[in-house]
Amino acid sequence: MKIAIPVDEKTLESNVCVSFGRTPYFLIYDVETKESIFIDNSAAASTGGAGIKAAQIIVDNKANALLTPRLGENAADVLKPAEIKIYKTATTSAKDNIDAFIAGKLHLLDEIHAGFHGHGGN
Amino acid sequence: MKQLLILSGKGGTGKTTIASAFIKLADAKAYADCDVDAPNLHLITGWNVEPEKTDYYGLPKAEINLELCTQCDQCRQNCRFDAIKAESHYKVDPFACEGCGVCAYVCPAEAITLVPAVAGELMLYSDREKVFSTAQLKMGSGTSGMLVTEVKKQMKSAAVDTGLAIIDGSPGIGCPVIASLSGVDMVLIVAEPSISGISDMERIITTAAKFGTKTAVCINKYDTNIVNTEKIEEFCNKQGLPYIGSIPFDSNAVKAINNGQTIVDIDCTSGTAVKEVYHKTMNLLFEQGGG
Amino acid sequence: MRIAVLSGKGGTGKTLVSVNLAAASKESTYIDCDVEEPNGHLFFKPEGVREEEISVKIPKVDEELCNGCRKCVDFCNFNALAYIKNKLIVFDDVCHSCGGCILVCPEKALTEKAKVIGKVQKGISDEVTVWTGILNTGEATGIPIIKKLLTEKNLEANKQTFIDCPPGSACIVMESIKDADHCVLVAEPTLFGVHNLNMVYDLVKLFNKPFGVILNKCLDEENPAEKFCFENNIKILGRIPFDNELGTLNSNAEIAVNKNEKYRELFSSLLKTVAKEVQCNETTTNP
Repeated sequence: MKIAIPVDEKTLESNVCVSFGRTPYFLIYDVETKESIFIDNSAAASTGGAGIKAAQIIVDNKANALLTPRLGENAADVLKPAEIKIYKTATTSAKDNIDAFIAGKLHLLDEIHAGFHGHGGN
Repeated sequence: MKQLLILSGKGGTGKTTIASAFIKLADAKAYADCDVDAPNLHLITGWNVEPEKTDYYGLPKAEINLELCTQCDQCRQNCRFDAIKAESHYKVDPFACEGCGVCAYVCPAEAITLVPAVAGELMLYSDREKVFSTAQLKMGSGTSGMLVTEVKKQMKSAAVDTGLAIIDGSPGIGCPVIASLSGVDMVLIVAEPSISGISDMERIITTAAKFGTKTAVCINKYDTNIVNTEKIEEFCNKQGLPYIGSIPFDSNAVKAINNGQTIVDIDCTSGTAVKEVYHKTMNLLFEQGGG
Repeated sequence: MRIAVLSGKGGTGKTLVSVNLAAASKESTYIDCDVEEPNGHLFFKPEGVREEEISVKIPKVDEELCNGCRKCVDFCNFNALAYIKNKLIVFDDVCHSCGGCILVCPEKALTEKAKVIGKVQKGISDEVTVWTGILNTGEATGIPIIKKLLTEKNLEANKQTFIDCPPGSACIVMESIKDADHCVLVAEPTLFGVHNLNMVYDLVKLFNKPFGVILNKCLDEENPAEKFCFENNIKILGRIPFDNELGTLNSNAEIAVNKNEKYRELFSSLLKTVAKEVQCNETTTNP
């Protein structure tokens, strides 16, 4: 199973990025093989619709779950039909969140915030 | 950090006059001017340092390489924004161009490319204690919403550790207003007691409601039309919106502003009234529970 | 003759001026391009109103024809398309209606459907034809509505046409003044007013539009907007004094020229000056 997390830097020790759509990188972590891949988030530079593009990247990288502090409705509209489960991160460390997820301690993210209507997120 | 956004719907009701008073009263350490089209807050916030300036790139613009252009007219025919003119040569109107890329796609001669275009300028005033984020959209530009988002982002990343940010918004209900609404904790609507003002206020309230943000209303220049002031109060009651006060018309307010001062820097009736509105707003903004 | 009334700053008196100039003219057309917050109709209370919805084109996919090549997703510069579990999803709010995805689809699986973003109303008030543009709340841009308002057939050549513009100087204002013959800039005597006047002054110069300024809410004191005009050699077309009675009439959405002779005289005289100014410019530019 693969988990995706928006991260500020390309290391497991990185902090989770506060923005999903405009995070600089995504960490894709394979729970079985314990392998980590870091991908650049090309959506970060978009003038609009970043959440949509970022979500497409997660889908294309075959993640099964996303760990994120927050998510906008556009991104949610991409991830939900893709059947990717969305969990709310508990702390700031990417590694800690992965461990928490594996231990079954993370909750599903219920609060989807209103879209930014193509004007970028904050 | 709690963010308070000041909107109005109608222009000229007093957003900036009131925002600047609030900033003074709160001794706010983080504030922003999201009226990127016609920013005014910097005129009375008394910063005497130069801001840090950053170019803001909006949508890219199409450019036609005349050496490769065969004048086949495909670009002009396919442009949905009337952005390509065929005069003595083919030319892109940079104001109308939305950077969609259709012209570049249809051009059989590969004569069109999309190039980055500066659509405005971000400005950040800061010292060790506080930050003020603002921007100026280049005349005729679009993507004002994106620039508003950049102004807020700039404020948040530069902000010192503080509990309150005050954001001066723009008139209208479109793009820049929608962008400014995202992620704020409370909206204060500054209404004016005119028929136009009431109509515009209702539209901005509907717009803000779509975001589910805590909204309150105050009336500026209330004594210019008591009948309309009462109409607004009644409307707020019916809608369950907190009506948090009114400020009288005060010719001294203009004098203060024209001198580069806020209405709480001088002794005047509007200054006295705004203090009460300020306190009530802060109570509402920081109250525990409920949204 | 198409006269655009603009200001940069909100609340300076664009609607006051455009509504009253239209009412003071014999047989005129008033077009409210402030589609986010239209107010002119509140003054005119037009009758016999006919309405037309304005829509933009949004792509729609025929799932049978779509083969998942994703050329449309990759093409869209606005990220309005996503491809999930063999289905194409369109994000209406983010779409700019450029039509690009329709063009790039090799299977012709994309067509367009209409999304209503607002409406245009036409009515009559005495001798004024009143056009009002209204953008639906939540929609980002009113430009398609302004384009509809200002189409040739709405602008009758023998009638004075007054275009009430939105505040600011962004793309929506440009769209409103694009085909104007003359621009009237309304300025108020405040620091903010002058700052924003400067912006629309730059805008009308950029568009090579002949223009003049009407100073509104004039008091006896020094007027920073007037000073700005003198310093930049800008023609002052007239002055409207700060007047409580006028303010009250305006706040009650009453047309001042119809309520009091002195205002009819004031605006008729302004109208004459503006008309003369427009004619002068016509003769100098079209010898």
